[in-house]
Amino acid sequence: MRSKGRSRFIVLCVAPAAILFFLFMVMPTFNVFRMSLFERGAYSPTETFVGLNNFKVLLKDAKFITSMQNTILLIVTVTIITFFFAIVFAAILTREKIKGQNFFRVVFYIPNILSIVVIAGIFSAVYKPENGMLNSIFSMFAGREVMVLWKDQPMVIVSIIIAMVWQAIGYYMVMYMASMAAVPMDLYESAGLDGAGRLKQFFQITLPLIWTNIRTTLTFFIISTINMAFLFVKAMVAKGTSDVALSFMYNQKDAGLYGYSMAAGVVIFLFSFLLSALVNKVTARDVLEM
Amino acid sequence: MTKKTSSSETLYKVFIYVVLAMLAIVIIVPVAWVFLASVKRNSEFYGNPWTLPASFYWQNFVDAWNAASMGSYMLNSVIVTALSLIILLVVALPAAYCLSRFRFRGGRFLNVAFMAGLFINVNYIVVPIFLMLRDWDSWINYFFGKTIFLNNLFMLSIVYAATALPFTIYLLSGYFATLPHDFEEAAYIDGAGYGQAMIRVIFPMAQPSIITIILFNFLSFWNEYIISMTLMSSSTGQRTLPVGLLNLMQGQQSKAEFGIMYAGLVLVMLPTLILYMCVQKKLTQGMTVGGLKG
Repeated sequence: MRSKGRSRFIVLCVAPAAILFFLFMVMPTFNVFRMSLFERGAYSPTETFVGLNNFKVLLKDAKFITSMQNTILLIVTVTIITFFFAIVFAAILTREKIKGQNFFRVVFYIPNILSIVVIAGIFSAVYKPENGMLNSIFSMFAGREVMVLWKDQPMVIVSIIIAMVWQAIGYYMVMYMASMAAVPMDLYESAGLDGAGRLKQFFQITLPLIWTNIRTTLTFFIISTINMAFLFVKAMVAKGTSDVALSFMYNQKDAGLYGYSMAAGVVIFLFSFLLSALVNKVTARDVLEM
Repeated sequence: MTKKTSSSETLYKVFIYVVLAMLAIVIIVPVAWVFLASVKRNSEFYGNPWTLPASFYWQNFVDAWNAASMGSYMLNSVIVTALSLIILLVVALPAAYCLSRFRFRGGRFLNVAFMAGLFINVNYIVVPIFLMLRDWDSWINYFFGKTIFLNNLFMLSIVYAATALPFTIYLLSGYFATLPHDFEEAAYIDGAGYGQAMIRVIFPMAQPSIITIILFNFLSFWNEYIISMTLMSSSTGQRTLPVGLLNLMQGQQSKAEFGIMYAGLVLVMLPTLILYMCVQKKLTQGMTVGGLKG
């Protein structure tokens, strides 16, 4: 009796979650891979099997290659710039006695709670060619009217990088601050007694001890840059100006080329997976005990 | 010697404060600028961008709320966010409880499956979800002559809740697993059934992690726009706030009603900013517990 009630209780509890998860996550994921092998009519659900044909066309599609190049450029630049600022600011805020430390932490995290659409709106005011914040500051320093078209080629990619770094710094900073707080203070004290300066302490104590955390965030950087770049391009950049990998995929959907779109999705997914694995392997070190 | 180090020390301190202040300015100024711009008259947008508003022109908010439909978009967003949170909690809490505290056939497999779900990103699967719902719609249209899956706020909420399940279950299971089994044993001895023990004894104890979950998912549901844009694509249908704002922004390039656009921006970000100001400590701490983001 007891055990019958038990299994009924478990089924009741677990089934709704399992069903939703299966319908809206497992099935669609499976469909990404399956549909990449098919061609599907724009408005009819008829599908024809085309094998790897979508992939063959895709790898020769100049637009897709450009969008992948943009994505790689963003992954590299956004990661390097964000990582540098986030770790430096985290080190300053945890290691130094700063007045208003909490204030800075709170402010730096603000971009992370805003919708990407809101950030796109804020940056449209920053980047506006005439009377925009950025151009007006440049005009002030140059002493003449500066008119940079931030959201057109060739500056558009720089604009995306700036907005993405602006959005991400606080998130990673808070992350590094948490792991730096776990480094025991007496390590720094004894290093200080041995005459090691701040920089030396940072490179020989802080960095090695939070290395595991850094490796995890590098994977985050790769995955989230691919996703964020899509959200930013979709909200901030006029259609057709510049594409990143996932926005290329999404645009194929708008054109009704579903199989082709999913083939792009598969390639992007494999790319992000392999890149993460590669970075993980390259950065592997012997873990230091605290 | 000591004098030199102390003066370079001061210099270093000053340098640090300058750098910190600069980043703070870079973040605050654009956000504050939007707030000021939201009460400017349209004519004020053609001069120097750094002038303060001549007066508080609240009409922008009235126009954004009524003429630009931000009011009804706001209502939609409130409905969708609330519904998604309710569905998510009702579905995820019992599931996480059972998955972390009972051993049963298939339990291990489900645990692994939900963990794997952490790596599925919605941006990849939004197109298949859209196609699936459209297919369902065409079947139901065939039999009943109407469509119910696309352009439906309730369906959108279900999709939001479903895509948030892996992360939510992961966080909750982590917490439930740490509780000793004595709590339920005591409840069973007192004559409570499984459900009662779960709802009366365990859930109240999980309050801190439930609050963390509500916070994070509130932000992600409120701010989300790709799924919403894809599943609510009908030109006459309802929209959520971020998608409405996006349309407003894209329309603005030709109409140049800047005041209304910035008022719309303020309407979208104000709830999240207020929430953040109230719970910032919890949020930045909770983040390191979860340590994951889409």
